[in-house]
Amino acid sequence: MAAVNPAIHDTHHDGHAGHDDKPHGFLHRWLFTTNHKDIGTLYLVFSLTMFFIGGSFAMLIRAELFQPGLQLLQPETFNELTTMHALIMIFGAIMPAFVGLGNWMIPLQIGAPDMALPRMNNWSFWILPFAFLLLIGEIFMPGGGPQGGWTMYPPLSLEGGFNVAFMIFAIHLMGISSIMGAINIIATILNMRAPGMDLLKMPVFVWSWLITAFLLIAVMPVLAGAVTMLLTDKYFGTSFFHAAGGGDPVMYQHIFWFFGHPEVYIMILPAFGIVSEIIPTFSRKPIFGYQAMVYAIASIAFLSFIVWAHHMFTVGMPLGGELFFMYATMLIAIPTGVKVFNWLSTMWQGSLTFETPMLFAIAFVILFTIGGFSGVMCAIVPADFQYQDTYFVVAHFHYVLVSGAAFGIMAAAYYWLPKWSGNMYSEKWGKIHFWSSAIAVNVLFFPQHFVGLAGMPRRIPDYNVAFADFNMISSIGGFWFGASQLIFVGVIIHCVYFSRQRATAQVWEGARGLEWTVPSPAPFHTFSTPPVITNDMLAHGDVSH
Amino acid sequence: MISFGMVGARRAAAAVAAFALFASGTVMAGPQPWQLNMPTGVTSISQRIHGVHMLAFWICVAIGVIVYGAMVYAMFKFRKSRGAVAAKWSHNTMLEAVWTTIPILILIAMAWPATKLLIDMAHVENSEMTIKVTGYQWKWRYEYVDYFGKATPVNFISTLDAESNRVRQTGSGLDPHSVKEGDENVYLLNVDKPLVLPVGVKVRFVITADDVIHSWWVPDLGWKQDAIPGIINDNWTRIDVAGTYRGQCAELCGRDHGFMPIVVKAVPKAEFEQWLATQQAAASASKTAQAAPAAALPATQG
Repeated sequence: MAAVNPAIHDTHHDGHAGHDDKPHGFLHRWLFTTNHKDIGTLYLVFSLTMFFIGGSFAMLIRAELFQPGLQLLQPETFNELTTMHALIMIFGAIMPAFVGLGNWMIPLQIGAPDMALPRMNNWSFWILPFAFLLLIGEIFMPGGGPQGGWTMYPPLSLEGGFNVAFMIFAIHLMGISSIMGAINIIATILNMRAPGMDLLKMPVFVWSWLITAFLLIAVMPVLAGAVTMLLTDKYFGTSFFHAAGGGDPVMYQHIFWFFGHPEVYIMILPAFGIVSEIIPTFSRKPIFGYQAMVYAIASIAFLSFIVWAHHMFTVGMPLGGELFFMYATMLIAIPTGVKVFNWLSTMWQGSLTFETPMLFAIAFVILFTIGGFSGVMCAIVPADFQYQDTYFVVAHFHYVLVSGAAFGIMAAAYYWLPKWSGNMYSEKWGKIHFWSSAIAVNVLFFPQHFVGLAGMPRRIPDYNVAFADFNMISSIGGFWFGASQLIFVGVIIHCVYFSRQRATAQVWEGARGLEWTVPSPAPFHTFSTPPVITNDMLAHGDVSH
Repeated sequence: MISFGMVGARRAAAAVAAFALFASGTVMAGPQPWQLNMPTGVTSISQRIHGVHMLAFWICVAIGVIVYGAMVYAMFKFRKSRGAVAAKWSHNTMLEAVWTTIPILILIAMAWPATKLLIDMAHVENSEMTIKVTGYQWKWRYEYVDYFGKATPVNFISTLDAESNRVRQTGSGLDPHSVKEGDENVYLLNVDKPLVLPVGVKVRFVITADDVIHSWWVPDLGWKQDAIPGIINDNWTRIDVAGTYRGQCAELCGRDHGFMPIVVKAVPKAEFEQWLATQQAAASASKTAQAAPAAALPATQG
C-alpha cells in the first residue's frame, strides 16, 4: 500500500483536491482503506443502511399494531421483529453512526493527520457487515431470527434454535469492533493532538467521545461474558442461569444491565457533544460553562455504572437495593440538568439563526428533556412498579434514542455535510425534513405514554380495544416518520452529487475550531504537518471558563 | 374504520359514562378508550403510587414550563434577523451553583414520599391469606395456600377466555370489538377462571414461574412483580372495593406473551368464604377421584 508522503501533502494550500492520491479502484479505495475520512464515510453509509432496515421492521410492527386483532403477522414473527429492530438500531444504526462521526471529525478537530491505528480502524469497520450478515441472515434460517427480545433474558432466549448461536457470535463480532474502535479513539485523542490542543481546549464532541470510548472498553467485555454464558448454558450443559441446575436467571439481568446502562450513555454522550458544537455555532457565542459541560459528561459516565438495577426494579430486590438504585438514578438528573441549562444559557443573548443543524439541535434539547422527565419518573421505584415493561417505558427510551440520539446524528450530518462533500445541502429540503420528522416523532411516541399508563404492556402484538385509538395515532406517526427519512436520503444524495452551491472552508458564519480551517471538501489528507494553533482559532481557546 | 370521528365520539361518551360509574361507586376495572393516566386503583398502596406518580409529573411539568418557556423566549428575542448581537459571556458561577443545588432539593422532595411508600410496601408480614401465583407459557396457576391460617387445597389454572382466543388468531377476520362482558370490552383481558379474592383482607402473594420469566401485573392493585423460575418473590395487597380488575403478563415470555391476561375478582368476605367452601369441596372430591388408579385428568387442565 502506498505510504503517505507528507512532503507532497501540505494541506494548508488549497487546490490539492485534484491530485491527493486517493487510491484508485473501488476495492483499493474502500476495502483496503486506512484513511479516517473514508472509514468514517463507510461507517456512516453502513449506519444509514441499518437505520432503514431496522426502520422497516418498525414499520411492520406499527402496521400490525395499527388496529386491535392480528391482521398481518404471527405472534412469533412480531417478537422476531421487535428483537431485530432493537439489535439493528442499537448496534447497527446508532453506534456505528457515532463511530463514523468520530472517525471523520476527531482527527480534524484535534489537528491529527489520521487515527492513531489506521489498519485496526479498517478492521473494526469491516467486521460490522459480516456481523450483521450473521444477525440478519437468521431471518431466513429455519426457525427464524431471535424472538426473546434484544435483552436476551434467559430462560426465554435459550428457547431459540440455531439463532441463539448466530446472534451470540454476531454480538461478539460487534463487541470486538466496538472495543477496537474505542481503543483507536482513545489512542488518537491522547497521543495525536496538535501542539496547543490541550485537553481542556478540545471540542466538547471530542471530550464526549473520549469518555464514551472508556465506557465501551469497560462494558463491551461484560456483554461478551454474559452472552458467552448464555452460549455455554445452551450448548455445553452449564447452569449459569438455569435455576434447575443451581443457576440464577436474575444474575443474567444484573450482568446484562451492568453493560446495558453504560450502553445507553454510549448512545447519548456523543450526541451531547454534537449539540454542544452546534448550538454555540448558530448562537455565535461560546458555549456556556465549557468545563462544567465536560465534568457533567464525566459524572454521567461515572453514574452509569451504579444505576443498572433500575432496569429491573420488579425482579424482587431487597428494600435497600431498591432505595440505593432509586437515589443513584435520580442523581443523574443533576449533571443532565446542568447540560440542558448550559445549552439554554449558550443561546441566551446570542445571535441566533436557525439552519437545519440548529433546528435539529434545539429539537434534541427539547425532546431529549421530555425523555429525561419520564426518566426521572421511572426512577421513582413505586411508580416504576406501574411503568415497568409498559409503553410508558417504550415512549421514554424512544424519546431519548430517536429524538435524542438519532436527531443528534442528523444534526451532525447537516452540520458537517458541507465539510465532507464540499457542497451545501438544500436548506429548504433540510428544513422540510426537520419539520416533518420533528412533528411525526411526537405523533409517534407521545401517545405511547398514555397507553402505557392505561395498562398496555410492551412487546405485545395485539391489545384490548381501549388502546386502539392511541395506537392508531402512533402508527400514523410511525409511517409519517419513516417516510420523512426518505427526504433525508434525498437531501444527502443531492448535496453530494448534484448541489452546485460550493461550501466555503468556514461553512457557517459562527463556526469555530480546527475542522473549519481546512478547505471544503476536506482534502484526503489533512494536518500532515501539525497546525500552528492560536487560541482564537479554537471554540474553547479561552481557558478561563 | 371510515367513521373514525363517530367512533371516537362514541368512545369518549363511554369514557365519560365510565367515570360517572366510578364516582357512583361501581368500579370499572379495565382500561378505558382515550384513557390518559394511570388508574388510581383500589388499594391504599395503589392510591399512594398514583400520588407519587402525579407529584413527579407535576414537578416535571413545572420545570418544563420554565425551561421551555426560557428557550422559546430566547428563540424569539435573540434572533439574528431581529438584529440581536451576540454577547461575549460564557460562564456565571452563581447561576451554575443555583441550578445544581435546586434540582437536588427537588429530587429530595420526590424521593421522600417514594421512600416512605416503598418501606410500607415491603411489609408483607401479618397477611391473612396467601396466594401462590405460578407463571407458565402462557397461563397462570393460582394456589390458595392458606386462608386465616388454614391450609386449602384449592388451586386452578387461569387462561385466556375462549372467545378472545378465537378472535385473536392471525387473520381470523373477527372483530375484537365484539368480545364483551356486559358493556365492557374484555378482548384479551378476560380469562376462563378469575382469581377470586376477598375485600378488606391482607393477601400475601408468593410469585414464581415454571418455565421462563413472566410478570404478574394488575394496574388497579398498583404493582407488578416478576415471576421467575427458581425464585419466589412476594408482595401483598388489600383490596378496598369489590370489582373485577384486569391486567396482563408484563414480561416478554414467548409467542403468546400478549395472550395471558390476569383477572382478579374481588368480592365481599362472606361471599368469598362461600366460594372458597365450594371450591374446597370440589377440590377434595377431585383429589379422591385422582387417588383412584384410572382417574381421568381434571378437565381444567389446558
